[in-house]
Amino acid sequence: MSATTGYNFGYLDEDTKRMIRRALLKAVAIPGHQVPFGSREMPLPYGWGTGGIQVTASVIGPADRLKVIDQGADDTTNAVSIRRFFARVAGVETTERTAEASIIQTRHRIPETPLREGQILVYQVPMPEPLFRLEPRVAETKRMHALADYGLMHVKLYEDIARHGHVAISYNYPVMVNGRYLMSPSPIPAFDNPKMHRNPALQLFGAGREKRIYAVPPYTEVRSLDFEDHPFEPVRARAGCALCGSRESYLDEVVTDDAGGRIFVCSDTDYCQSRQARQEAAE
Amino acid sequence: MSAPGMNAPLLEASDLALRYGAVPALDGVSLAIWPGEVVAIVGESGSGKTTLLRVLSGLLPPDAGSVLYRDPEGTAQRLEAMGEAALRRLHRTDWGFVHQNPRDGLRLGVSAGGNIGERLMATGARHYGSIREAATAWLRRVEIDPARIDALPRTFSGGMQQRLQIARTLVTHPRLVFMDEPTGGLDVSVQARLLDLIRALVADLGLAVLLVTHDIAAARLLAHRILVMRHGRVVEEGLTDRVLDDPQHAYTQLLVASVLAA
Ligand SMILES: Nc1ncnc2c1ncn2[C@@H]1O[C@H](COP(=O)(O)OP(=O)(O)OP(=O)(O)O)[C@@H](O)[C@H]1O
Ligand SMILES: [Mg+2]
Ligand SMILES: [Zn+2]
Repeated sequence: MSATTGYNFGYLDEDTKRMIRRALLKAVAIPGHQVPFGSREMPLPYGWGTGGIQVTASVIGPADRLKVIDQGADDTTNAVSIRRFFARVAGVETTERTAEASIIQTRHRIPETPLREGQILVYQVPMPEPLFRLEPRVAETKRMHALADYGLMHVKLYEDIARHGHVAISYNYPVMVNGRYLMSPSPIPAFDNPKMHRNPALQLFGAGREKRIYAVPPYTEVRSLDFEDHPFEPVRARAGCALCGSRESYLDEVVTDDAGGRIFVCSDTDYCQSRQARQEAAE
Repeated sequence: MSAPGMNAPLLEASDLALRYGAVPALDGVSLAIWPGEVVAIVGESGSGKTTLLRVLSGLLPPDAGSVLYRDPEGTAQRLEAMGEAALRRLHRTDWGFVHQNPRDGLRLGVSAGGNIGERLMATGARHYGSIREAATAWLRRVEIDPARIDALPRTFSGGMQQRLQIARTLVTHPRLVFMDEPTGGLDVSVQARLLDLIRALVADLGLAVLLVTHDIAAARLLAHRILVMRHGRVVEEGLTDRVLDDPQHAYTQLLVASVLAA
């Protein structure tokens, strides 16, 4: 069944989808472990979420409802074009509401609205290897994963604390999954890391250029690396959202004029608008 | 000097052989080292010293022969049957390796404290304050000003780098340390200071050391026993004073004479 003639459902051919699903099943079976897959050419350049798109295309069905966010927003060019793409090649419904989506493809954020069982969060991943800055040799990083030999990552955290007094990683903060594999959460803010821990939704990660897939099954333990005496602390700007007043959400800084004026607003546009709508309704 | 007596060797190798093409780098080498014992391996360039150290420490599999390691519980294990994960663990707990070139044994882009802390973190230490305390104590112990704890090793002199490498290696209290020309490439006065430090640490910690060196004087200062290698074979072996004062093999006589002449 195809929404637009000339496309197979979900764009990818059935063999490719089967191959990706096999990689996904393996990834779910070994939480946090990077599984290689034969990444296909997509009608988008790398860096536009080709890994996430292939994952979404392999798990999406006609009954799904898709939400796509980029930095928390549904209305950026990237998010809009991916949403349109799936509306065209899969004929699925789309939504901007986190609560109404069955699949959410994301770049750089986890929605503020808590996810629930049955939902799938698909991350676009530029660099799946959490050790690549510390150990450039790919064979050696594989060996480190195989042996769970992650002392080097702690050396990096140690160096940060020695130099800056705290761990100076605000995005892509490394996590241990299920007490076994070190994993890159993709460039989400460290603020979002705790949302991964024991999340009821299925979390899937696709890296197109690097040809890797990994996963965090529902309710899996996901811990941000830290020291006992320097525990992980998710940071956010010390402000309320200028639009909805939230003091819990992750904020973007917006410059309002050329005189240095700036405000903070929620990065998650659905969350912010829903709160505003509720506030208006209450008035 | 006599080695502290314990009844079972830490490491025992028998009939090791390894060829590089036509070159027999090791040719029927057997040796044993006991807890707390310092054994020097001397011999001319190309005689197989580094190769022997690499085979004994499991970094290089031999063509023939076997290496037996005795763990702290007293259980003997064959190195070749140990598996990579166990060998790695061994290398950062019960064993240490000090390289001639500090670049091979240090992370030059990581602070002195981070270099010392790495083995602790790799073996599960997760308390920053304790790691720093251990690093500070070890810097002091190897005579580096603890105020340099956050400095990068590339700002250190060659002698300091070598002392840092030793601190980084000893922080997990290994029982056996492999050293490949630890004083090579250093000025004579710096060498002397480093040898004194190694001697003090060996005595304090009861370390067993397999020391590869060109330097007969270093061997005399540190070693209980000496092995003389030539063309991949051990041509003479014995207590240090006996080998140096009364060498039996013609090659050893030449070696000792050339040092005396120099
Ligand atoms: N990777 C290699 N490939 C080929 N030949 C090698 C290799 N490594 C060592 N050899 C040869 O094996 C022999 C023993 O070398 P080894 O490095 O063990 O000697 P050494 O006693 O440590 O010498 P030096 O005092 O110069 O460090 C030499 O003939 C050397 O050329
Ligand atoms: Mg050598
Ligand atoms: Zn808001």
